[in-house]
Amino acid sequence: MSRVKLRELAHSRTGDKGDTSNISVIAFNAEDYSRLLQALTVERVAAHFAELLGGDASRVLRYELPKVHALNFVLPGILKGGVTRSLALDAHGKALGAALLDIDV
Amino acid sequence: MKTLRIGSGAGYSGDRIEPAVELAEKGELDYLVFECLAERTIALAQQARLSDPEAGFDPLLSERMRRVLPFVGPGLGSAREAGQRRLRLISNMGAANPLAAAREVRRIAVELGLHGLKVAAVTGDDVLAVLKASPEQMLDNGATIASLGDRLISANAYLGAEGIVEALRADADVVITGRVADPSLFLAPQLFEFGWAADDWTRLGRGTLIGHLLECAGQITGGYFADPGVKEVPNLARLGFPLAEVDAEGRAVISKVAGSGGRIDTATCTEQMMYEVHDPAAYLTPDVTADFSGVSFHPVATNEVRAEGADGRARPETLKVSVGYLDGWVGEGQISYGGPGALARAQLARDVVLERLQLTGVVFEDVRAELIGVDALHGAALGSRAAAEPWEVRLRVAARCADKAEAVRIGNEVETLYTNGPYGGGGATKGVRQVVAVASLLLPRDAVKAQVHLEDAS
Repeated sequence: MSRVKLRELAHSRTGDKGDTSNISVIAFNAEDYSRLLQALTVERVAAHFAELLGGDASRVLRYELPKVHALNFVLPGILKGGVTRSLALDAHGKALGAALLDIDV
Repeated sequence: MKTLRIGSGAGYSGDRIEPAVELAEKGELDYLVFECLAERTIALAQQARLSDPEAGFDPLLSERMRRVLPFVGPGLGSAREAGQRRLRLISNMGAANPLAAAREVRRIAVELGLHGLKVAAVTGDDVLAVLKASPEQMLDNGATIASLGDRLISANAYLGAEGIVEALRADADVVITGRVADPSLFLAPQLFEFGWAADDWTRLGRGTLIGHLLECAGQITGGYFADPGVKEVPNLARLGFPLAEVDAEGRAVISKVAGSGGRIDTATCTEQMMYEVHDPAAYLTPDVTADFSGVSFHPVATNEVRAEGADGRARPETLKVSVGYLDGWVGEGQISYGGPGALARAQLARDVVLERLQLTGVVFEDVRAELIGVDALHGAALGSRAAAEPWEVRLRVAARCADKAEAVRIGNEVETLYTNGPYGGGGATKGVRQVVAVASLLLPRDAVKAQVHLEDAS
């Protein structure tokens, strides 16, 4: 199977609560779900966002939703200080999911 | 079998108004719900109330009400024939002052000649006095209530559906609340109309899914979704807001008004189901621990999707409380560079500002200096994946300071790059804002009691 960008196989949405982001990854086609399950490990996703997570890289969680062929990644600490205190341009982290779609699977 | 049609008229405080009017006019709705409170909104509203006792509710409340009240109630509105659905409104636009907001709604109703409209306010979410009485309470960030001292602004518990149900039972046409959990605004009319028991966890879980899908309005109809070439959304400038037709079992079809822009399909529904969700099997609200892990979506027609498979378990024993407090100031400055060599000049500008902050002894707690177009959103490592150097780059420096005067100096150091910095810096802006931070804690349920206040517009 040739390597492609995740963006070709899946779409994504990012939400925020406090200083935690959650990024959903949803396969366009149900038959690609198992490929996402294998490729998008917690370690891969944590490594992709290593610079933003810093010491919080070990806290990343993954939930599986086979009925909607989707994964949900939870990244505590990635919104440094949370929406209300963050100095970041994108304090909500709304743009984070788009960065995940550049990962190779 | 009786069904209920619930529309979503706003996904946040500043949301567009005309899609809500479209729903009120053409959605054949029983309920139109406006969700307008982000994490920090109440704290900001509380500050407004401190300077004016009649302020502290949503700034768009009056305009929204002027536009949709004519469709509310039995027999009102040109498109509403006798015997058709009776439209009622539910909203958390009361923010820090639901009583004043309800008076404003009543005032507008009278102004519009809508006599006899019943307006209810739900209060009880404000637990500032409770927390002040137990200053040893600790927030999720490790600080105690006592340590916030005068910086403490607001404390609001997330209420469930209960108070709204009571207001509907009292025959209110418009129910205005402060902090209520977002999905509970939508669960309340389902509880009331279908008579579900407060511990019917499966149906409460289903109703909560519907609320969660609708609460961000345009985010399920194609907003926050379009990605040209990959995910197309028709007529995004005319995005319609969603509605759900629900039956007594909590089965629902999500749709929008025919002819409005946007799209509803399994892709938009799945994205929104997981929005701001952590463990999909344990989505906590004051009403229920909802379980979305078995949910699936099924297209029934163009822009119509059936949601099924939500479940629920017993509600949490504690309620989440959002605490707002003042947390210093943020000073910020920006300036742009363009053309060949823009990136190197912006990098030089960044270095100069950071060195100047040290040289001139600006006192700050934390600083962030980023290049918009390069590393501002995702950091330098991901930013370096760009195929080519950007034509233009914008430097942004932001710092958090305890003192306002220090925060002002951040933007000044960026602005002085005009005449003292690298070649060709343009479009400098600067600003300073007070930080209203939000932290949370949990309170036992019995410390919080919803109260309903009813007023007639006569």
